[in-house]
Amino acid sequence: MGFSAAARLWGPPGLLLTFVLHPALCLRPAQTSAPPRRDYCVLGAGPAGLQMAYFLQRAGRDYAVFERAPRPGSFFTRYPRHRKLISINKRHTGKANAEFNLRHDWNSLLSHDPRLLFRHYSRAYFPDAGDMVRYLGDFADQLGLHVLYNTTITHVTLNKDRQAWNGHYFILTDGMGHAHRCSVLLVATGLSVPNQVDFPGSEYVEGYESVSVDPKDFEGQNVLILGRGNSAFETAENILGVTNFIHMLSRSRVRLSWATHYVGDLRAINNGLLDTYQLKSLDGLLESDLTDLAVVKDREGKFHVTLKFFLEEGNQSADTITLPQDDSDNFAMRVAYDRVIRCLGWNFDFSIFNKSLRLSSGGEFSKKYPLVRASYESKGSRGLFVLGTASHSVDYRKSAGGFIHGFRYTVRAVHRLLEHRHHGVAWPSTQHPISQLTSSIVRRVNEASGLYQMFGVLADVVLLKENATAFEYLEEFPMQMLAQLETITGRKARHGLFVINMEYGRNFSGPDKDVFFYDRSVGHTEDAWQSNFLHPVIYYYRHLPTEQEVRFRPADWALPRPTAIHHIVEDFLTDWTAPVGHILPLRRFLENCLDTDLRSFYAESCFLFTLTHQKLPPFCQQGYLRMQGLVGTESLWRHGVESGLLRDYAIVGRRREDQGQGPLSSSQAPGPPVQPLDSNKEEL
Amino acid sequence: MQRIAWKFYPRQQNHSIEQNRQKSPAHVQLQLMMSSSFNIFRVGISFVMMCIFYKSAVDSLSELSPQKYFSTLQPGKASLAYFCQADSPRTSVFLEELNEAVKPLQDYGISVAKVNCVKEETSRYCGKEKDLVKAYLFRGNILLREFPTDTLFDVNAIVAHVLFALLFNEVKYITTLEDLQNIENALKGKANIAFSYVRAIGTPEHRAVMEAAFVYGTTYQFVLTTETALLESIGTEDIENAHLYFFHCKQVLDLTDQCRRTLMEPPLTTLNIHRFIKTMEAPLLTEVAEDPQQVSTVHLQLGLPLVFIVSQQATYEADRRTAEWVAWRLLGKAGVLLLLRDFLEVDIPRHANVVFRRAEEGVPVEFLVLHDVDLIISCVESNMHIEEIQEDEDDMESPDTDIQDDEVAETVYRDRKRRLPLELTVELTEETFNATVVASDSIVLFYAGWQAVSMAFLQSYIDLAIKLKGTSNMLLTRVNCADWSDLCTKQNVTEFPVVKMYKEGKSPASYPGMLGTEDLLKFIQLNRISCPVNITSVQEAEEYLSGELYKDLISYSSVSVLGLFSPNMTTAKEDFTEAGNYLKGCVITGIYSEDDVLILSNKYAATLPALLLARHKEGKIESIPLANSPAQDIVQIITDALLETFPEITVENLPIYLRLQKPLLILFSDGSINPQYKKAILTLVNEKHLDSLTPCWLNLKNTPVGRGVLQAYFDALPPLPLLVVVNLHSGGHVFAFPSDQAITEQNLLLWLKKLEAGLESHITILPAQEWKPPLPAYDFLSMMDAAASQHPTRKDPECTKETDAQENDKKHEDKSAFRKEPIETLRIKHWNRSNLFKGEKSFKHDNKEL
Repeated sequence: MGFSAAARLWGPPGLLLTFVLHPALCLRPAQTSAPPRRDYCVLGAGPAGLQMAYFLQRAGRDYAVFERAPRPGSFFTRYPRHRKLISINKRHTGKANAEFNLRHDWNSLLSHDPRLLFRHYSRAYFPDAGDMVRYLGDFADQLGLHVLYNTTITHVTLNKDRQAWNGHYFILTDGMGHAHRCSVLLVATGLSVPNQVDFPGSEYVEGYESVSVDPKDFEGQNVLILGRGNSAFETAENILGVTNFIHMLSRSRVRLSWATHYVGDLRAINNGLLDTYQLKSLDGLLESDLTDLAVVKDREGKFHVTLKFFLEEGNQSADTITLPQDDSDNFAMRVAYDRVIRCLGWNFDFSIFNKSLRLSSGGEFSKKYPLVRASYESKGSRGLFVLGTASHSVDYRKSAGGFIHGFRYTVRAVHRLLEHRHHGVAWPSTQHPISQLTSSIVRRVNEASGLYQMFGVLADVVLLKENATAFEYLEEFPMQMLAQLETITGRKARHGLFVINMEYGRNFSGPDKDVFFYDRSVGHTEDAWQSNFLHPVIYYYRHLPTEQEVRFRPADWALPRPTAIHHIVEDFLTDWTAPVGHILPLRRFLENCLDTDLRSFYAESCFLFTLTHQKLPPFCQQGYLRMQGLVGTESLWRHGVESGLLRDYAIVGRRREDQGQGPLSSSQAPGPPVQPLDSNKEEL
Repeated sequence: MQRIAWKFYPRQQNHSIEQNRQKSPAHVQLQLMMSSSFNIFRVGISFVMMCIFYKSAVDSLSELSPQKYFSTLQPGKASLAYFCQADSPRTSVFLEELNEAVKPLQDYGISVAKVNCVKEETSRYCGKEKDLVKAYLFRGNILLREFPTDTLFDVNAIVAHVLFALLFNEVKYITTLEDLQNIENALKGKANIAFSYVRAIGTPEHRAVMEAAFVYGTTYQFVLTTETALLESIGTEDIENAHLYFFHCKQVLDLTDQCRRTLMEPPLTTLNIHRFIKTMEAPLLTEVAEDPQQVSTVHLQLGLPLVFIVSQQATYEADRRTAEWVAWRLLGKAGVLLLLRDFLEVDIPRHANVVFRRAEEGVPVEFLVLHDVDLIISCVESNMHIEEIQEDEDDMESPDTDIQDDEVAETVYRDRKRRLPLELTVELTEETFNATVVASDSIVLFYAGWQAVSMAFLQSYIDLAIKLKGTSNMLLTRVNCADWSDLCTKQNVTEFPVVKMYKEGKSPASYPGMLGTEDLLKFIQLNRISCPVNITSVQEAEEYLSGELYKDLISYSSVSVLGLFSPNMTTAKEDFTEAGNYLKGCVITGIYSEDDVLILSNKYAATLPALLLARHKEGKIESIPLANSPAQDIVQIITDALLETFPEITVENLPIYLRLQKPLLILFSDGSINPQYKKAILTLVNEKHLDSLTPCWLNLKNTPVGRGVLQAYFDALPPLPLLVVVNLHSGGHVFAFPSDQAITEQNLLLWLKKLEAGLESHITILPAQEWKPPLPAYDFLSMMDAAASQHPTRKDPECTKETDAQENDKKHEDKSAFRKEPIETLRIKHWNRSNLFKGEKSFKHDNKEL
């Protein structure tokens, strides 16, 4: 804009003509008062916001991150209240593979810099939240991410403009009253509003966000905790040893993450109370719908639990309110509590978003999240993406999309989508001859961390080329968007595709399932489809499924019904490289889908096939015929002869001679067979 | 003891069709015998006979002129003749099918000929227009039928139509139920009927019926229909498939009775029909009083089980009635015998009332206690079923799909315990990689520890390290991409294995050659000098051309290339340098552009810019002018020059010569080539007679796999040397130079001329089929479906075992218990095969609950 203005000052007459021809250009100086424009605006410098900033920075995009606090990761400066993160910081896996190691690193963000791995920030398996704050600060600083700190965005609205990428700009107003105009808005504000349930007496309840974390304050008290998530148990854990007893109340039964494979459910590190409850130590769990409850305070300041229904009877005096124990004298919560603590989680802050954005809350099961598509784009307005914890509606209670170790990958997927949508950069892919198909898949299922962490959400896609002689490999595509793959990635899927996903067994997970049942592991390849533990599953489609097919897929299927499916049998070591147990059945599956022979052959076999067949198997075609045959060594060749897969033609020849010429050739010493691959050219 | 005598009579020339019947056609016999795997010895003998027979039979389509053809017709003998005028593409497809039909038709004593209509001998059969050619069936010289060629669409149609025409009387074709009833009524008390429905005339099922009719047509009345309505009217719902019913009319005495009918259940193939009819011929019920293990009937030989109904004197009448009833129900599925316990010398368990004997040899008989006749039936049927399923299972398990059929994977796996001297190469990591490749010129092998091809090549790489130990200044290193995935991606390695060369000041170069020790060694050695190497004096150039300069390298590069340029030819020099760089590691290149370059260009009669090619083996130096050739063209010129005129073909170099896209003329030689042959071929090459071919020779001592090639070309290998032309790129025809002729210029030339003129016939055509999956994969989708639908496991008839059987029965008891599991149990293996019995229990438990 500055340029246009300057140009007018010293511009030659020709430039004036340009102004006439380009009315748009003429208008620009007039808009100097318009807010500064950015291609990408990221709300929030938490893990997801920084992760997105990193990708935008690497791609050289015009972006800014808006953060109300003076440093990144402000949520972690206060939460979790008891400071212990429950995300695993596994510093050793016995493997050097950095990609594999990310499968067991739940805290690091993705970057090219190995120094920015969380294991350099904490030695604790469950690290301190302060380390996370330090880590995020370093991440932003060392990578030079463009973050505007102390900038509170108070209002976001939409400004229609036909020239904008999405037909509208997002106008962000900060606390100082400045406006920012953004083509794409990336909301990574997390969940920041404590979830409150309204019931009579809820004013007596202390919130997780403000309750004391000093156990001394709970000495000899009867404590009632509302909620059954990790924050509730974390709170209980902290005061377990000093209270008289703790009762925990929530609507649904406790969900243990080891049974559900969902990291948001109750983690073993927090579940000390379950132990004491079941070991008859006065603590206990109760189930009831909180909205039916009422808490009344008596004269001593103690709290009694009763039902909302009783309150409505009319006698408002605290001592005369009917309590459940009046009718049933063995009512469980008949004791008086000294404290009632609410630990009911958080909700997304919808307040700053103008109605025009049509950013609504998710469905019945994920009210606390904004409603987004599987591509993380808001259903209400194009160009608005929700990242990070707030994007968890996509895989709530299923996968890891609400946590750093999950959303770092979904953020990358969103970035790839944007790169194609606005900059014409197709989804990154590698292209290989079909003979590399088995290897490509084996490699990914053994090391890919995105597939492993975001199982059931992100999947690798293999797009076959015509006649299945080559393929393109796309990593970590949001699988629910499969029908829109071509428009999202800019790649063509005309000749069939494979989708590589990781899955737990269908009936293995669930809050009431016994995941330790005897014989739970499957060892035989033919039973692989019954595998219980996380294992790779490969779907084959002749045609790209349609949106309808994806939407109306069978219940409990991750994808529409494929043409064929393969399960790689679960592995105790999550190492799917066994030649016969893992690779062979996979190869057979791929072969049968593609109707071809994907075996590998030594050059000698390819030579034989070349001279005795009109067509060659892909391995010979794509290797040997291009002068890249696999020659092999003598010892391998011997094994081949022993196994019967290779033939010793030298012996065949000798036998024939023996029969033909009798004594003459039988005098030949029975030495080692002539090495077939040794061309003795010097002799000539 | 009954035995089917599968005899073979060598066919005589004048066997009429009538004489020929009653013997199964040879290929049918073969099939039958192959199927009776329990009698290997007999199969062996017959197989040999069969082979002899096939050798002697003329089984290719004979081509005759009309006159000649009619002179060969013999009275009473059937002959199918195809009159054609020209080999239009349409007719040649037909001819291929006809050619295939020659062998089967000859088995029925029907000769087949292609009659070439020539102008001089007009025949009325020849037709007037090209399109109106037809095939004609004669008996003697009487025309029986004419066939438009489109009815004879394939070999099945040809055989079916011809037999249908010949067996006009034996096979009645009907269209209405009334026709069928008339025939049935007419034959009551006289003969049995084989009634079949096929979807259309000329289908493989129709052929199967006709072939059966050929053998059994005089014994049974064959009736054929293609009307679905007729099939429906006799109560079949499944009209999709062909059906065959056997009507038992012979024993019907009361004409108002209907003939009993037996439906053949297996699909209609010649073999199945034979088997079915054989069981119809066998006695319905046989009484025996010998050890069930020793009894033999036709059923066993046909691969069907035997069911013995144990009878006691006291209940003989009732038992016999039961047995007869069972026998009818099991007709075509099992043999039923009445076992007279009282006359029996061997002991059978006291409570057993049924004895079951499988067709497989060596399987002990099973003693069963069955209280319901239906149980016998379902037991036999489910047994057959389970057998089939177990075969399936076997297919899917140990013998097949679980066995490694990838030679590279298998050999690497078998070699896994051998410790390789990996320390001879430097293992690089993410930390050490950059420092190492910067510090010294390095070869890096990028591989993946879990990938078989990588690991096979790693062995060659280690062998190379052993060879080069201490002699090379090139550092041999390796990166396991299974560990250092990011490093490999950064180096642009996404496939394995990949070899790259890192040289100071140059961008890394990928090694493009064969993944083997020798070729990689050549690449490394030739990369010791720069490419092209700068020659600085005429004397040095002469040394370079003579091979003296890089004496140790010329064994790796049989040709040295020298580019000659005037000092001012900058673009030409750049192009050449680029080409030389491109070809590095594959040939030695040098460049000379000093002021005195004219000395060299004059000496070798080259106009600048030019290439000099020094062929060290032949001691020849030739010059090629380089007028404005871009780098690509120079590369092409040099690669072409590297090709030899008459190379020894090896595993390593075949692909280079295949690029020429010409048929190969290969001389297979056991050891070095005879110089005379070489001379003969080289003369032909020089006289430009072999321009359309790639002449080469193969030394079986160096390339033993050549014997495998020869085996594919020749049924019986003639003595070496052998000269063949292999047309790999079009048609896959293989022609052999007659082994009784000497390989001389004249003979060769003559033969090649004939070949060109299409006068030589090929010895074989290389199979053109695609490379299909070697074995099926697990069908997890249907397994999941089956589990999802979870039909409450259908109550399988319990075949209660004789529980208080003797101890020695115990073992086989367990085994059969295993076999008697419900099918579902077999399919849905319960997690662990070792816990199969536990799994079974839990399943049974489920069943009860359901």
